[in-house]
Amino acid sequence: MENKFILAEKYPVLANDFNAAGDASTAIKTALKRIGINSALVRRIAIATYEAELNIAIHSQGGEMILLMSEETIIIQAKDRGPGIPDVVLAMREGYSTAPESARMLGFGAGMGLPNMKRCATDFSIVSAMGKGTLIELRFALS
Amino acid sequence: MKIREIQQYLNAEILCNEQLADREIISACGSDLMSDVLAFVKEKTVLLTGLTNPHVVRTAEMLDVSLIVFVRGKYPMQEILDMAQERDIVICRTDLTLYEACGVLYSHGLRGGARGNGE
Repeated sequence: MENKFILAEKYPVLANDFNAAGDASTAIKTALKRIGINSALVRRIAIATYEAELNIAIHSQGGEMILLMSEETIIIQAKDRGPGIPDVVLAMREGYSTAPESARMLGFGAGMGLPNMKRCATDFSIVSAMGKGTLIELRFALS
Repeated sequence: MKIREIQQYLNAEILCNEQLADREIISACGSDLMSDVLAFVKEKTVLLTGLTNPHVVRTAEMLDVSLIVFVRGKYPMQEILDMAQERDIVICRTDLTLYEACGVLYSHGLRGGARGNGE
């Protein structure tokens, strides 16, 4: 873990608030554009960040998005307060989804989110504990 | 293909950001499933959809989509137009179905995006 972050910001994400879902991703995208990160990388980060933020709003009891930037890497962490994912291997499979009807009505819940995050990021990790929560970490190399 | 040409081919009405209609579009995606759109779409793309909620604009924003076309004669709410206005996204509407609108653009040479890692 890098110990020198030149940027560190935190954004709350509320459970089931589909009006606000996306606000953190918009703020992160705006911040990265403002500091001059190249547009192709900003786009990859924005896609993965939005997927992660939607997952917190749709599936969890709330959480936060964290943006960390060092000289070499941009890190996005999506942390929630539970309930946790019972089977992470199954959740990573394209097309598998437990999203409720409310999310499907908005065009989400196709079971593409986690695989899409993994595809966009340089490194992807997910740790989930039932009753505690899920932490997704997305790393994007700057070089 | 310019946004203006897409408007003409689809007999569409531009609802906001008409001043950006000279922008170039290089690929297209037709879907009501934003999850799939997030996984498949390239930049400089037109998104054709029958879904009219604010997350269509959010999704377009993350993907740097320049143009959203609402099909099947749907009018988006003012909130959606306001969001698109702020984000420099052009919004059109057409009476064509999603299938017809995609077919028209494909026949004029506009192709779909292949899945990648967001680039």
